Amino acid sequence: MRPPLLAIALLSAAVLASEVLLTRLFSIVQVHHFAYMVISIALLGYGASGTFLALFRETLKAHFAAAFAVNAALFGVSLVASFALALRLPFVAAALVWDPRQLVYLFLLYALFTLPFFFAANCTGLAFACFPGRIGRIYRYDLMGAGVGALAVVILLFVFFPAPALRLVATLGPLAAALAVILCGGRQRAWPAAALLALAVCLAFALPASWTELRLSEFKSLRQTLLIPGTQVVAERSSPLGQVSVVRSPTIPFRHAPGVSLGNTQEPPEQLGIFVDGEGPMAITRFEGERETLRYLDSTTMALPYHIAERPRTLILGAGGGADVLLALYHRAARVDAVELDPEVIRLVREDFADFAGNIYGREAVRLHAAEARGFVAGSRARFDVIQIPLLDSFAAAAAGPLSLSESTLYTVEALQTYLDHLEPEGFLVITRWLKLPPRDSLKLFATALEALDRMGVAAPAQQLAMLRSWSTTTLLVKNGALSPGDLGKIRAFAGERSFDLAYLPDLRPEEANRYNVLSEAHFHAGAAALAGAERESFLRRYKFDLRPATDDRPYFFDFFRWRALPELLELRAQGGAALLDWGYLIIFATLLQAALLSALLILLPLWLWRRVPAKRSDRRRVFAYFFAIGIAFLFVEVASIQRFMLFLSHPIYAVAVVLAAFLVFAGLGSGVAPRLEGWLQRVRKDGAAAGVLGTWLRRLPACSALELAVAAIAVLAVLYLLALPPLFGWLMPLGDGAKIALAVALIAPLAFWMGMPFPLGLERVAQRLPALVPWAWGVNGCASVLSAVLATLLAMNAGFTVVVLTAIAVYAGAAALLRRPLSVAAG
Amino acid sequence: MFKSLQNRQFAPPAGAGRRASAVALLILAGVCAAAGPAAAADDFAAERARMVELVEDYGWGSDAALGREAIDPQVLAVMRRVPRHDFVPEELRDSAYANRPLPIGYGQTISQPLIVALMSDLLLLSPDHVVLEVGTGSGYHAAVVAGLAGRIHTIEIIPPLAETAARRLARLGYDNVEVRSGDGYYGWAEAAPFDRILVTAAATHVPPPLIEQLKPGGRMVIPIGGAFALQHLVLVEKDEEGGIRTRQLLPVRFVPLTRDG
Repeated sequence: MRPPLLAIALLSAAVLASEVLLTRLFSIVQVHHFAYMVISIALLGYGASGTFLALFRETLKAHFAAAFAVNAALFGVSLVASFALALRLPFVAAALVWDPRQLVYLFLLYALFTLPFFFAANCTGLAFACFPGRIGRIYRYDLMGAGVGALAVVILLFVFFPAPALRLVATLGPLAAALAVILCGGRQRAWPAAALLALAVCLAFALPASWTELRLSEFKSLRQTLLIPGTQVVAERSSPLGQVSVVRSPTIPFRHAPGVSLGNTQEPPEQLGIFVDGEGPMAITRFEGERETLRYLDSTTMALPYHIAERPRTLILGAGGGADVLLALYHRAARVDAVELDPEVIRLVREDFADFAGNIYGREAVRLHAAEARGFVAGSRARFDVIQIPLLDSFAAAAAGPLSLSESTLYTVEALQTYLDHLEPEGFLVITRWLKLPPRDSLKLFATALEALDRMGVAAPAQQLAMLRSWSTTTLLVKNGALSPGDLGKIRAFAGERSFDLAYLPDLRPEEANRYNVLSEAHFHAGAAALAGAERESFLRRYKFDLRPATDDRPYFFDFFRWRALPELLELRAQGGAALLDWGYLIIFATLLQAALLSALLILLPLWLWRRVPAKRSDRRRVFAYFFAIGIAFLFVEVASIQRFMLFLSHPIYAVAVVLAAFLVFAGLGSGVAPRLEGWLQRVRKDGAAAGVLGTWLRRLPACSALELAVAAIAVLAVLYLLALPPLFGWLMPLGDGAKIALAVALIAPLAFWMGMPFPLGLERVAQRLPALVPWAWGVNGCASVLSAVLATLLAMNAGFTVVVLTAIAVYAGAAALLRRPLSVAAG
Repeated sequence: MFKSLQNRQFAPPAGAGRRASAVALLILAGVCAAAGPAAAADDFAAERARMVELVEDYGWGSDAALGREAIDPQVLAVMRRVPRHDFVPEELRDSAYANRPLPIGYGQTISQPLIVALMSDLLLLSPDHVVLEVGTGSGYHAAVVAGLAGRIHTIEIIPPLAETAARRLARLGYDNVEVRSGDGYYGWAEAAPFDRILVTAAATHVPPPLIEQLKPGGRMVIPIGGAFALQHLVLVEKDEEGGIRTRQLLPVRFVPLTRDG
């Protein structure tokens, strides 16, 4: 009998697609960071499967085809069932701080979502255990299937809404099962295969749609908005970037105008609310060409640059519904280039609601670019008088800290350098954030700007900065050149007329700060002045939030967490200070902690049950350490590479899909080659001429196993990439998308190829000497992969991705050393 | 819109002891607790007392731009009377007096008692005040304000919430509260101007009509933050000439810099 390789690949594609889909779905229903945590933990289903197979290996081996088919079918069924049940749990992520009952729901969510991954992992693990001579091939199909899944899910999300997409992916379970029955089943094949096909059809089409219909948490702003009488969703779109809903509210209008001065007396015109994944709104504002109706926009801190630069050429990074384009039009900007990432948002504003929005993107002076902001600037040769980065995230998202675990390459030191490089002489970079007390975003941005100017060799960076705040927003202005007395006068006048406080000007007198929106102390001014002055380092050290500028290597702008402040913040929680805690970092840490505990349980349980299994204790330890190490190292390199290539490919979704797919496919190719490589190396060692020039060259190197060769290659390539990629990418940034993707794949290919080898090479050795440990090793590797993804983020937040890659190299080297000495053959 | 609540069979709970001395007041508060409309002896009296004790202990931890040290004893006295358990869903009654926000349905919450106390304190209420509240929610905050001010007009955007709150406040005898369902943006022109305004509904900006409807010398309090976590409080003050000034306050005492280097 041969392993059902196609079924394994199909299932593996389904698993990867369902990871992505469940995270998407959970982000829409709840919030993103909980989605991340729940799905991470659920992937421990792989570890649980290792434990399960270790215990029931012999029984299941005897009925491979049936066991495979049942598990594959159960993957599909449990995927839909778990999701449908999870939608019905009254879990409220935001209440977790207060309500212990939420913990119970959270654990139920874990348990539910672990199921599909557990069943899928059983199939692959069982194949490893039953076909020890074909581990390389099985692993190849497993990885390549996943690679295809990574690409396919992005396409799927363009065509379908995420819930139907999930049901389609679930059908792959019974389909893989049917395939396995046909490929490996006994005499009776037709009936079971037909039944499984029927199950697939049933999952896709026959279940009531209401089972998987999304019910947003009642704390999502879309759901709350729809409670207002008269509101209705007038358009709904979905893409891999998110689910976009447009809401009309005729009875009680939207009046979205963040940061408007209290001195403003004008009511915004009619608006439509755009919600992305149930969060928002952003506004599409009715515009009929009458400039006067937009006067209220001039009462926001964002309007500052237009009061210094006359009729500027403006670049808006993150155009959304178009509010900042309107602001530019209000001030008669000579030309507006607006960049927006989400093609669905663009279509809504430019096509569906073009008339409502006054056809702003069709105007002579306005150019719209569907692109990622940072990548657009880096690839552009144009220069601008004003580059404006408006409020992109909703206040709720910024306040609750869910952003803190997500990377953002928009606000790093290198990003600011890129923006500043694209300013005309005397041009302005203007960045607005929500105001938080005590200051966080605003001061971190200020420090980032200082650092960027420093790196650009500016002699007196502080002379180019101004910052002001309204009662709800802060705006930082960076000039390409020193602010002139004329500029300073205009800024003072602008702020004074609108009751905005000056937080920083090069010549600001302390008595000028903190006058209109009074704080107990002038925190913003004091902080900015400290950062601009000699006491910067001491201020950064003493501040209770992390204000160190984010860099491309450590791109966590929204992470302000410091362990040192935790005890005080926890104590203040009951006194009304719950919001001082930025939960993102704690969520990651909690995920790691839970995953570690559960992993330990899953890994140790079989050992305890196998007290009498014939394997030397030291061998068990080595097997454990090896598979744990390569699980950690693989994901470390993968996560770090995604980050690096994301900057180059400059699109969050495509970059992840391309990088992930390339990694998995080429690692799959490598893993298929790995077993043959060992034999080839032995032949070369005996007779170098057999392999031509390469063989002669290889013979000069110290004798090494395929594993050692692979690890050496990984180390060399990884270090080379660390050094060479940033300048290379900087240089090649203006290339077209196709060329960039091809180049990225070409660069990933060799690294991934070698990274695919350590797992099958190690597992084959275990299969030869200690076959009872094969499922366990599979489980250990599964647990390590889960821990690794979380650990990589945590390490990157603290030390940066360079450290992540260097650690991975060290871990790979350690793993290779572990298996230098052969494992003993199991006695009996 | 709902009919104003004309239930006059109970004595108004509003600031019964305002004119008395502070000491007498503390004693009086106990008396009021027994005699007030909503303060029928209930199973939760002890829990409520404990809650108020906790609130009193925490007090103004704030970085206290206002120089306020302790919460006004009258605010505490009123909170000792208002039956918070009547304002939360049946199944959460046991948690009604815990110092935390609770969900009341429709994605809304009843605020943490401490925050209610701080906001009420910040309003500096007196029995002759006419108050506007935007965002009725459960009606709890309106009930507390009703105990300190003369009359309170409260607007809720979600009709079923407005209806429940109106019925609840009527049943509990708060006849100086008027609930309306609708748009808070334009305030409540018929009852304007207001001495105090409380805006608990999330807004990206302060509606100009509300500023207009605030009397000279008046105060407006706006809590900023998510459903379960208050970020900070905004206090808007209108001086006698109509000039506007805002202050921003953290609810807790928190110094962002550590002392040591």
